[in-house]
Amino acid sequence: MAGSEDELLVRLRAGDESAFLELVGQHHRQLIRLASAFVTRAETAEDVAQETWLAVVRGIDRFEGRSSLRTWLFQICANRARSISVGERRSVPVEHIEPAVDAEQFSPTGAWTSPPVPWPDAAAHAAADADLVELIRLIIGELPTMQQSVVTMRDLDGLTSAEVCQVLSITEANQRVLLHRGRERIRSAITKTMVRQ
Amino acid sequence: MRLLRRRVITCRDAVELITSYLDDGLPARERRSLEHHLSRCEHCAEYLNQMKATIVAVGRVDPDQLSPATRQALMDLYRQTIQSRE
Repeated sequence: MAGSEDELLVRLRAGDESAFLELVGQHHRQLIRLASAFVTRAETAEDVAQETWLAVVRGIDRFEGRSSLRTWLFQICANRARSISVGERRSVPVEHIEPAVDAEQFSPTGAWTSPPVPWPDAAAHAAADADLVELIRLIIGELPTMQQSVVTMRDLDGLTSAEVCQVLSITEANQRVLLHRGRERIRSAITKTMVRQ
Repeated sequence: MRLLRRRVITCRDAVELITSYLDDGLPARERRSLEHHLSRCEHCAEYLNQMKATIVAVGRVDPDQLSPATRQALMDLYRQTIQSRE
């Protein structure tokens, strides 16, 4: 992995167009998705992704390799999107530290009073249903900014928790809380859909 | 040898620990307590399975490809930037 990234860096620095295209093919959609968590308009998210590429091409010689190339890309994108969201006055709220699962689902002693409704054939169903995938896409779009960015980077783009912490400048503990709450909202939405069926 | 005592955890605690558990981010003692709880509580075991299935389902959301037009636009941007650098 590191070897292929080193090679890509050498090619990028030499102005190799195919290296740039490779990187764009791997990450452009991911950058738009990350930016979309912060800004309100789809066009703005695309502009942010484009500006990220400009910054990468201009700054590639100064990239010191302290993080992976991918983390650097995502970091540039998140910082740019965050500063635009401040300008748009779409403040990124401090997300409340509340339990992921509604407290009313537990008794005072902490046992389930309303336990999770079993899914039909959970794994197969969740992974195979196209409608469900569409539902998940919508729910992700409705998550609070930080949950959305963490869930997409972790579960869609495959970044590690350490990479996500670096990109968003958050602690490991904070990252887990955001990820847990985001996943829980999606799990809960899937359950509701299955119960209706 | 004295066995380390397991912390007794409730369902409410277990649910909050699931993501850390899946990330292998729990201290050994807490992990053992959670696994002990999961082996005895079918509801929490169901919750764990649903969270795993959720992660699989989320991973399927976006396989969309870059359109040729976007690809071309980014390529143009790249060429302009490289030229202006030279």
